[in-house]
Amino acid sequence: MVKNRRRRRSPARRENGLKGGSDLTQSSQAAGGLVSIPALLQRNAQRFGDKPAYREKEFGIWQTWTWKDVQREVDNLALGLINLGVNEGDFIAIIGGNRPHLYWSMVAAQSVGAVPVPLYQDSAAEEMAYVLDHCGARFVMAEDQEQVDKVIEIQDRLHQFEHMIYLDPRGLRKYDHSSLHDFRHVQEQGHAARDELASQLEKRRAKLDMASICVMLYTSGTTGKPKGVVLSNRNIIESAQNSSDFDKLGPGEEILAYLPMAWVGDFIFSVGQAFWTGFCVNCPESPETMVTDLREIGPTYYFAPPRVFETQLTNVMIRMEDASRMKKWLFRTFMATARRVGPDILDGKPVSFMDRMTYKLGEIFVYGPLKNTLGLSRVRIGYTAGEAIGPEIFDFYRSLGINLKQLYGQTEATVFITMQPDGEVRSDTVGVPAPGVELRIGDNGEVYYRSPGVFEYYYKNPESTADTKDAEGWVATGDAGFIEEGSGHLRIIDRAKDVGKMADGRLFAPKYVENKLKFYPNILEAVVFGNGRDSCMAFVNIDLSAVGNWAERNNISYSSYQELAGHPKVLDAVQAHVEEVNRSVAEDPILSGCQIHRFLILHKELDADDGEMTRTRKVRRRIVEEKYNDLITALYDGSERISTRTEVTYEDGRKGYISATLEIRDAKVHDNSAQKMAAE
Amino acid sequence: MNQMSTEGYVTPDGRKIGGVMMEMRNITLRFGGVKAITDISFDIREGEIRAIIGPNGAGKSSMLNVISGFYVPQEGEVWFRGAQRPPMKPYQVAQQGIARTFQNIALFEGMSVLDNVMTGRLTHMKTGMLAQAIWKGKAEREEVENREVVEKIIDFLEIQAIRKTPVARLPYGLKKRVELARALAAEPSLLLLDEPMAGMNVEEKEDMSRFILDVNDEFGTTIALIEHDMGVVMDLSDRVVVMDYGKKIGDGTPSEVRNNQAVIDAYLGVAHD
Repeated sequence: MVKNRRRRRSPARRENGLKGGSDLTQSSQAAGGLVSIPALLQRNAQRFGDKPAYREKEFGIWQTWTWKDVQREVDNLALGLINLGVNEGDFIAIIGGNRPHLYWSMVAAQSVGAVPVPLYQDSAAEEMAYVLDHCGARFVMAEDQEQVDKVIEIQDRLHQFEHMIYLDPRGLRKYDHSSLHDFRHVQEQGHAARDELASQLEKRRAKLDMASICVMLYTSGTTGKPKGVVLSNRNIIESAQNSSDFDKLGPGEEILAYLPMAWVGDFIFSVGQAFWTGFCVNCPESPETMVTDLREIGPTYYFAPPRVFETQLTNVMIRMEDASRMKKWLFRTFMATARRVGPDILDGKPVSFMDRMTYKLGEIFVYGPLKNTLGLSRVRIGYTAGEAIGPEIFDFYRSLGINLKQLYGQTEATVFITMQPDGEVRSDTVGVPAPGVELRIGDNGEVYYRSPGVFEYYYKNPESTADTKDAEGWVATGDAGFIEEGSGHLRIIDRAKDVGKMADGRLFAPKYVENKLKFYPNILEAVVFGNGRDSCMAFVNIDLSAVGNWAERNNISYSSYQELAGHPKVLDAVQAHVEEVNRSVAEDPILSGCQIHRFLILHKELDADDGEMTRTRKVRRRIVEEKYNDLITALYDGSERISTRTEVTYEDGRKGYISATLEIRDAKVHDNSAQKMAAE
Repeated sequence: MNQMSTEGYVTPDGRKIGGVMMEMRNITLRFGGVKAITDISFDIREGEIRAIIGPNGAGKSSMLNVISGFYVPQEGEVWFRGAQRPPMKPYQVAQQGIARTFQNIALFEGMSVLDNVMTGRLTHMKTGMLAQAIWKGKAEREEVENREVVEKIIDFLEIQAIRKTPVARLPYGLKKRVELARALAAEPSLLLLDEPMAGMNVEEKEDMSRFILDVNDEFGTTIALIEHDMGVVMDLSDRVVVMDYGKKIGDGTPSEVRNNQAVIDAYLGVAHD
């Protein structure tokens, strides 16, 4: 079995060696012996020994581990792993929420020459089966009973799976422990056997260099099966170094680790940058306590996808509606000032004395307390990425004095492609190339990059590797965009493969329109169709908290998402939004064909459990198109309503059906083809 | 399975159930002329989950109140850990290691979840009111120790996110869980649950069932519960007592009870499956 796996691995290695050449020449060896994550850990234990490295809130108290503690924990675990029979080149899957112990597991895995593979912990067992089997994980680190159960459910199909280690013993006592191990027990056994195993651990650790594999991350995959992106120490360490320098991150930063561990960003922030600069990673008590924990920690460096900022803003607005008149007045008045001068003050641009004074007053009455409530008082650098963020949302945070910026990246680039430097922050660009990144726009408008962060290869998938990465190390992002004249900032239009042509030859860029729709708090998600057709149509998901709150205020009773989504007044509101978007789209001569002629509000929220979205909540356009084919037909054939029945998957994997009759609305479109012709 | 042996038995899922912890001998309870319970005998064994079921007005809650010592039966004896139990005050019962939850949640609505659960520790606290008010030395140490126990329970029942929320603001399902937390905080050897799943939706019921099983598994707590939902009872309990009009009409494992004709007639009406 082992032999078999090795053989399969070798071609990929060779291919990597060929392509690694260009990376090697440009890689800086400034790292000075810091060629692996375990090496960085050793340095940190010496240099920052008693400084907090990880915190986790447990039993209501923040528990702290210093860098020295972390080194001891990782060493014991690494010894325990050798003791358990982990070989070099084995894959160790890590499944669970953001817990310090799981981060250490990834470092311990690398220490013994194995490859850590973090998985999305909310994936259903079926989805895990593919990834676990694809990487052939011999070992699994599971957070708790829930994850252990999932792996046990599918273990018959995992031919290489041997042992599972769990963190939380609760509920697992009665389980068969022949291949199941308690995390602490593994550490204790490793510690007990340290005399005989320590030399082997040293030997394995000494073999690690910039070229060895640091981590393998599965992309969520908007199309097809997930792909295992192999990232080397060079990718991780140099990306961490460059990005830390870019924002002058120091050992004093505090971050909150709350995004999925399987996502490359979390690995870079909570492991890469944390180990490089020596800052402290804080893990929340549970996903539900995230907001409280954020406030208690007050991170200085903060990352969130646009969705989180949107939700926070929506909540603020909802709560302001309930505030007293005096407070409302204060909020309105000072927010108007903030919107006018806040971003300029943040960028250090000249602002009149009076405005400065008013802003200071606002800081005392409104901005300060508000930032404190949001847990963002201390944020020095905030980032958002993954999706376009609404200009109003973006400006709201910046006007409060929070240095929120955008970056653009992907797993294959070890996150960073472009970043916004301080003082050049805008909502419609994603910034300039990150340090060490070269950027190029292809003939078809697609964005290409080359950087020290460029991934090694897709695991067991040389075809895809070759498709994505060319011989010179240029990687296709799959996004269409252009570099703005003058500023040198990159602007992204849409996924390159989603950009198409309408039947009359006009440009079709669905994301562009969808984003405009999603900027309305009432609209959570939108999917626009129209490639190769005469006109564009749209599916809309309403935002249950925003619309629900509105319904409450207007005495509209509802019992479910479905009922609220079908309410005529909700349809009216969404129709108004769609028509506004149409107006703004019509102004752009290139994209005016993307105006939405008809739309409907879906009877269920698009969900990752149903495969309609990725785990990072990006819409899988093809799947939505196939699944709701009947609705699309109805949109185009002019019918006024359509009855449909949809399969839904519950969190535990069971299936059910919901049926609904949906109303289809026409939206006003602006015909400017006449103008266009006149202009020509 | 000969479950009537005094030395306990082994459940189908392999748990070892111990000897008799509590025994009801020929209990009869009257309220004036109304006979709520007529001549009922059964036992509860160490480590088991024992359910009492029956239609409305069968006398289930009265039975639970007899077990908890709140009602003193006119006839019959209650034996607890090998000794006959005299009439007692509720705090004495609590000191014996019996804790309970209520059908109509009885929490302190204005207090936070944490404070509510802390009240469950009262029997374990020795310092006086004045010492606690000054909160120095022993009183402080004691509170810290007890808070640790409470935090473990908060973690166990996954209610960290509402630790500081006033109970009045919680939805019903969570209140039920907080009540369970408070009962657990007393570290009882016998836990009495009065309709722990009444008024819950399917998902909440599943959560609660899992917690009940985990409590039994993790702390080895003996649990006696009253429940309406037949599905839940059958899945959850090791043995079931069935009551109707104040009389015991069945007693045994869930499958025995399910096949008992008297029970089917009185309560289930039709045999399911």
